[in-house]
Amino acid sequence: MTDEILNLSEDQLDALREIGNVGAGNSATALSQIISRKIDMSVPKVAIMPLGDVPDVVGGPDAMVVGVFLRVYGLAPGSVLFLLPRDSAFYLIDMLMGKERGSTKTLDFMDESALMEIGNILAGSYLNALSHFTKLTLLPSIPALALDMAGAILSVVLVQLGQMGDHALVIETEFLSEDDGIRGHFFLIPDPGSLNTILTAVGVK
Amino acid sequence: MMSELIRVGMADYKVGCSPASLISYGLGSCIGIAFYDPFAKIGGLLHIMLPDSSQARSNENPAKFADTGIPLMLNDMVSLGAVKNRIVAKIAGGAQMFKFANATDIMRVGERNAEAVKTILKDLNIKLIANDTGGNYGRTVELKLETGVYRIKTIDKGEKEL
Repeated sequence: MTDEILNLSEDQLDALREIGNVGAGNSATALSQIISRKIDMSVPKVAIMPLGDVPDVVGGPDAMVVGVFLRVYGLAPGSVLFLLPRDSAFYLIDMLMGKERGSTKTLDFMDESALMEIGNILAGSYLNALSHFTKLTLLPSIPALALDMAGAILSVVLVQLGQMGDHALVIETEFLSEDDGIRGHFFLIPDPGSLNTILTAVGVK
Repeated sequence: MMSELIRVGMADYKVGCSPASLISYGLGSCIGIAFYDPFAKIGGLLHIMLPDSSQARSNENPAKFADTGIPLMLNDMVSLGAVKNRIVAKIAGGAQMFKFANATDIMRVGERNAEAVKTILKDLNIKLIANDTGGNYGRTVELKLETGVYRIKTIDKGEKEL
């Protein structure tokens, strides 16, 4: 097995979980401030799974989702994906634009721009916390957005990992609004070389 | 009677005979390569992620790459009773899901996948009779082994049969 991520120790996985916790906590706070509603988040999952299984985390490869994708630049490059099931994204737009729940049926240019900004803020606050924790400089790229099948959207990051191995290390957190109307998944997918950098930075090499 | 629906995952392939169908969900930059022998009604569906196994650090799974996956599926079909010079190919996928101003090579992987598949098919003398690649949207592909119809479903670009 050439995949180095399969050899991570329990301590290293714990450290990655803590990273997910700190980052996602920060983004959940940011999101809850934007929509003035309480946001709960799940305990971050650190999973090492075959590449083809990753889309199952968000309901299968043909689930319809909105994805906001950002590249992470800096000392530990990687990708950030914020995935929302389509209906959650529509509801989030209703809230942001002050419309009645159920009014949004498609995404216009303004809606897309708003969702990208949300992705930007979430990724920014996540990476900020992560930078602070690891003392590594990490900067997000401008966001890109797509409304499509989960498998197709995730393929963007999976293909990259596919060059290095057959497994993905996924640090994932689920967000949930108090009325259950919004459910989102936040993924941090470090580039293969970055994992070592992050682990060294937090002292569990 | 319901015919069997065989699911093909990412970096995976399946071969089968009529009346089964082979399906792969949610292709983005990946390509779904459908092979079909219309006489024997034997077909195969391969879901590749990358063009070239020699450029990857890990190439343990041949179905992940166009250059290693295509010959593998071809051999399996021949063992099942298909005849190579009757086999025709249809391909779909190869999208670029996100547009970035400074698109790196990895963002353009859909395009590179499509190019690689076409070259390999040509080298193997397999006729490419239908091609639905490119764009910026996902596709679900289904090969019906009874007829050889390759059905492409999208979210808002409609549905078509190749």
